[in-house]
Amino acid sequence: MTTPADAKGLLSGNGLKWALVALIDTALLYIIAGMYAQGEILFALTLLVLTGLGTWIFTSQKAYSYRYVYPCLLGIILFIIFPLLYTFNIAFTNYGSANILTLERVKEIHLEQQVRDSEVAFGLALYQNDDNYQLVLTDKSNKQAIYTTSSFVPAEQATEVSATAGNAAAGKKLSMRDVIKQRSALGMVTVTMDDGSRLVMTSLREFGVMTPLYREGDDHTLINNQTGEIIRPDMTTGFYVNEAGEQLPPGFSVYVGMENFERLIEDDGIRQPFIKIFIWTLVFAGLTVAFTAAIGLLLATLVQWEPLRERGVYRVLLILPYAVPAFISILIFKGLFNQNFGEINMILEGLFGIRPEWFTDPFLAKAMILIVNTWLGYPYMMIICMGLLKAIPDDLYEASAIDGASPIHNLLYITLPNLVKPLTPILIASFAFNFNNFVLINLLTDGGPMMSGTSTLAGNTDILVSFTFRTAFIAGQDFGLASAIATLIFLIVGFISWVNLRATRNLQEH
Amino acid sequence: MAMVQPRNLKYRVWAARLCMILLLCLVMFPFLMIVSVSFRSGNFATGSLIPENPSLEHWALVLGIPWEAADGTIMQPTFPVLTWLWNSIKVSLITSALILALSTTGAYAFARLRFRFKDHLLTMMMILQMFPAVLALVAFHAFFNKLGNFIPWLGLNTHAALIVSYLGGITMNIWLIKGYFQSIDNALEESAAIDGATPWQAFRYILLPLSVPILAVVFILAFITTIGEYPIASVLLQGADQLTLAVGAKQFLYAQNYLWGDFAAAAVLTGLPITIIFLVAQRYLVSGLTAGGVKG
Repeated sequence: MTTPADAKGLLSGNGLKWALVALIDTALLYIIAGMYAQGEILFALTLLVLTGLGTWIFTSQKAYSYRYVYPCLLGIILFIIFPLLYTFNIAFTNYGSANILTLERVKEIHLEQQVRDSEVAFGLALYQNDDNYQLVLTDKSNKQAIYTTSSFVPAEQATEVSATAGNAAAGKKLSMRDVIKQRSALGMVTVTMDDGSRLVMTSLREFGVMTPLYREGDDHTLINNQTGEIIRPDMTTGFYVNEAGEQLPPGFSVYVGMENFERLIEDDGIRQPFIKIFIWTLVFAGLTVAFTAAIGLLLATLVQWEPLRERGVYRVLLILPYAVPAFISILIFKGLFNQNFGEINMILEGLFGIRPEWFTDPFLAKAMILIVNTWLGYPYMMIICMGLLKAIPDDLYEASAIDGASPIHNLLYITLPNLVKPLTPILIASFAFNFNNFVLINLLTDGGPMMSGTSTLAGNTDILVSFTFRTAFIAGQDFGLASAIATLIFLIVGFISWVNLRATRNLQEH
Repeated sequence: MAMVQPRNLKYRVWAARLCMILLLCLVMFPFLMIVSVSFRSGNFATGSLIPENPSLEHWALVLGIPWEAADGTIMQPTFPVLTWLWNSIKVSLITSALILALSTTGAYAFARLRFRFKDHLLTMMMILQMFPAVLALVAFHAFFNKLGNFIPWLGLNTHAALIVSYLGGITMNIWLIKGYFQSIDNALEESAAIDGATPWQAFRYILLPLSVPILAVVFILAFITTIGEYPIASVLLQGADQLTLAVGAKQFLYAQNYLWGDFAAAAVLTGLPITIIFLVAQRYLVSGLTAGGVKG
């Protein structure tokens, strides 16, 4: 149904809209085509679907409501869901520093390889006419065949000239010494002969024909132009292999099935550190939650205790660790704990004459991490507990005071039972957060001290995420293995979240 | 206070006070120390909390001013701290603005418009925000590495890539704003609609002006989160001039190049404004959050 208003809109506002949509779509389609050509099917397909969906939503009147949702959904799809799925995808590939390209790209690289055709060689003479230069090329096997190139200006960039038969060079012929001066510029010159063959400088005195090493065969195979040998892509290892079975780098990424997960289980050098790290991750997250919750609860009680007149001041100062950006306070601690110059060891030496090796002793490193993380984490628990404590009716404490109960009794029989339910989801969420507390580990110890005797680099204080990070970006760029570990963490986090959801629901029901 | 008071209350108060002061010493120790260190001369100097001969050398170096030491040697600034700070602020401001734009429009649809899969989408967002981006670092790296081949200004080591990658962090904000929108009576918008206003006009000219408090909260929240973000930035940024503060600050404390004093000055210089923003915003944050949360 077209109302007059619509028709008018089509001419003015809508016309602009259509033009805009067409413009954006054209740009996106251009990119998609580029991706497809490079063999990035997954990327191209994702982008194509999103482009199509977007176009429909912003042009169809039926999808009006979705116009408001689509931009934010796009953010969520592209930067939460897609990275998630992409991580799963990489976990089943051998994507890594040795196999980082796509098959198409590797094929291109092989096809770009050039070898010199030893049978054809031209002697060269260089002529200068002011700023312009010309080459005269003489076929070495047939001295009668002389060619002259079009004139060019030597430059440090790829220069293309064409050559025609006959000696027609203008200007003066340069001596060998002057030719040598132009050596690097001549190295950038490609001469196209009239029969279509292309010459490049092969030595100081010669130009020769460069021919591609490979030509394309069927089904991604490549045929060696010199020997006729066929090399084919091995889709299980991600390399081209020749007939002798040797791998020809660079590699491309291929699906390797469960191999990365199998390495986690079967390779002792990976499994043992992995299990150690997993246990430490649980201990780290568990103890952090226990310490922060205990201290947070204690402080929340104190800063709300009415006889303590100046409690407002305490409250503000105690929240400070929460207000300072974590990356700054963690680094401050890294410096304070420094074994040689750190202020903490200086004080400890002054008081007790000890200098603990916070960064080289695994146990002390773990202790330090827990100390720092408790310092960082208690204010959050304190704020939460302050809210929850207010919700407990005062009558309960009055009644117990009349009965002469001690503070310990109050804590055990009034405060804790009333706190458990609402606090549980918070504690679980805090556990999940610390389970993945990458920033703390990476900035404070960077996983160190290192474990010895492992086939992959692993640190004693590494938690799963920092181990993943190290595997992916520091030691060997094994993206496949790193993604496999990340996938396992996803499952664990998913499980924790599910437990948390149950706990929250329990809370709401009661 | 009608409570029954135990007789030994006075001692208890003093005991509590003592505990509190001891604890506050522990809590404040790092902060006081770092301020003190920033005024000491040299990077390995020791001393008391109040430096005996205070020096501005670290502050000068951090601000990018070469410093002439007592023996006449000129020290050059090691790291472009101000550039990093500017990078951080730039990235955070743009990210927060984009997050605000995306989450307000999204929240409007979820609060006011009717469409299919609305509830499913809301639940999905709730679940997705439980998975931190740090688990998908490999994917982010690979994604922008490949994207850079097709769109160079969105490749690795660009601020655009960093900003764009932060746009996933909108789920919680959508929930927040949606709760706030739902707490506003929609009678005004309905009467505007009767007068012929389009949903966009009702949103832009009626709902948005009414929602300034929550928009401010979300903006500040996004700003604080972004400026302290470390994992993604550390993976995507590489060049020394491209780094944000969160990634760059770490370089002061490498064992082979230990610049404790310079770090201290940089930490105070950059940490102080962020902390103040947080403390000031916190009050509004709490009121904004509860205003949205109750009806959510």
